[in-house]
Amino acid sequence: MEKSNCGWAYSDIVKEHFLNPRNFVRDEREVAGADGTGMMGSPACGDVMKMWIWVKDGKIIDCKWMTFGCASAIASTSMLSEMAKGLKIEDALRITPKQIAEKLGGLPAIKIHCSVLGDQALRAAVKDYEARKNGKAK
Amino acid sequence: MKIIYLDNAATTPTSPEVVKAMAPFWSEKYGNPGSLHAKGFEARAALDKAREIAGNRLNCAASEIIFTGSGTESANLALFGFCRKNRQKGNHIITQRTEHHAVLDSCAALEKEGYSVTYLDVDKHGLVCKEQLERAIRKETILITIMYANNEIGTVQDIRGLAETARKHNVVFHTDACQAGGSLDIDVKNLGVDLMTLNGSKIYGPKGTGLLYVRSGIKIQPVIYGGGQENGLRSGTENVAGVVGFATALELAQKEREKESKRLAALRDYLISKVLKEISRTYLNGHPTQRLPNNASFTILDVEGESMILRLSEKGICASTGSACTSRSLEPSHVLQAIGLPKEVAHGSLRFSLGKGTTKADIDYTVKELKRIVEELRKISPIKINESVMKGR
Repeated sequence: MEKSNCGWAYSDIVKEHFLNPRNFVRDEREVAGADGTGMMGSPACGDVMKMWIWVKDGKIIDCKWMTFGCASAIASTSMLSEMAKGLKIEDALRITPKQIAEKLGGLPAIKIHCSVLGDQALRAAVKDYEARKNGKAK
Repeated sequence: MKIIYLDNAATTPTSPEVVKAMAPFWSEKYGNPGSLHAKGFEARAALDKAREIAGNRLNCAASEIIFTGSGTESANLALFGFCRKNRQKGNHIITQRTEHHAVLDSCAALEKEGYSVTYLDVDKHGLVCKEQLERAIRKETILITIMYANNEIGTVQDIRGLAETARKHNVVFHTDACQAGGSLDIDVKNLGVDLMTLNGSKIYGPKGTGLLYVRSGIKIQPVIYGGGQENGLRSGTENVAGVVGFATALELAQKEREKESKRLAALRDYLISKVLKEISRTYLNGHPTQRLPNNASFTILDVEGESMILRLSEKGICASTGSACTSRSLEPSHVLQAIGLPKEVAHGSLRFSLGKGTTKADIDYTVKELKRIVEELRKISPIKINESVMKGR
């Protein structure tokens, strides 16, 4: 606890997304009709991210999330949800953790894993969407 | 925005009386206490007086006090200085798992030098068991080092009892009393300790000041070599202003101790009961009664510590967390793990440490904001920890 050296070592963009996160789920009922969902991380490691996507004509028309974690975890998922919305699925899958961090105006080195987790949660949601779609096709 | 500073365990503001006492020693009484001329004598007199004051407060001889540059340095001097000097007597050290890193990392370094270290477990409140300590003592044991009060969870150890056990077996006892200097009894005779670490920056004194009490007859060797200051045990030109400030702070703290501790304990209990009552799924860390009068440490389920303190900071409230997210290691604090908190809840720890300036209105505002912040963060948290992991707490 003596090590509370985080301060606002974060960029203004991280701060803004942490204090005013976009697209988060307030109530699980909001996500009842989602086309895909993915969850990554573990409470023991200190970060858990869950993402929901709505897809129409191969495009992510909406993207929502819930996050347990530090400021950069919350900001990373918030930013990613903004980035993914409106993208074709194949384009959304091209988003890299590095791009998320860049969009946030950089992340401290020790926090890079936050952007990686967000990216993985989105990929898991897409995979779930595809699995559901393929399931229906059969 | 008004700042509500509830991080006094990290450091305290330097009190105006201390600043005033230090003021002449920058540009006016600037001499080196080692010099044989008027400016040197002037500085030497101030240094001697400060040592006398500190000695009185600790109930020891002035000659038993070594001034250092921090609590960390004092603990390093106690451990390295004593163990290296007494290597021929044995190579075994006993400590416990919730010590500050100043002690734990020194122990780890001593292990590399060939010493063997026993780390005692603590109970769920953070207390060391006297019988367990006694069982750990071997014929090679030369030093027992156990902190007086824990910086994170506030648990106060029975130092008298533990030191008595050490004495019974002829083992030297050191205590890191950095968190205790402002609010607990630091009379070394009462406590029965051989070595004691204190620092200035936790008791409204200046940063960069510390002391090590070394009971007369205990032999240690220096860690810092040079001009032979501090009885040859801590070389380097004495920080006269700092030492004067530290001694002044120690005197003030100990004079106000009983009254201020009572006031703080009442505020602390008010804060604890308010948080536990008004915010669901919260738990107190540390001992319910045997704790520092200014420490309130909580586990708050389903939210992460860094998020809480940064949102509190936006409201002017300064607090601290043992969450991994503020550490270098991404591991939650060793103290919270030592008291048996599972990692998934240790990330949600929050510490408030009250101080001279804290009022009841500050506590009311803090709990109100904390409640709102926790509710918001819980809303966006996808996890809900099963409360059974907190069974018995």
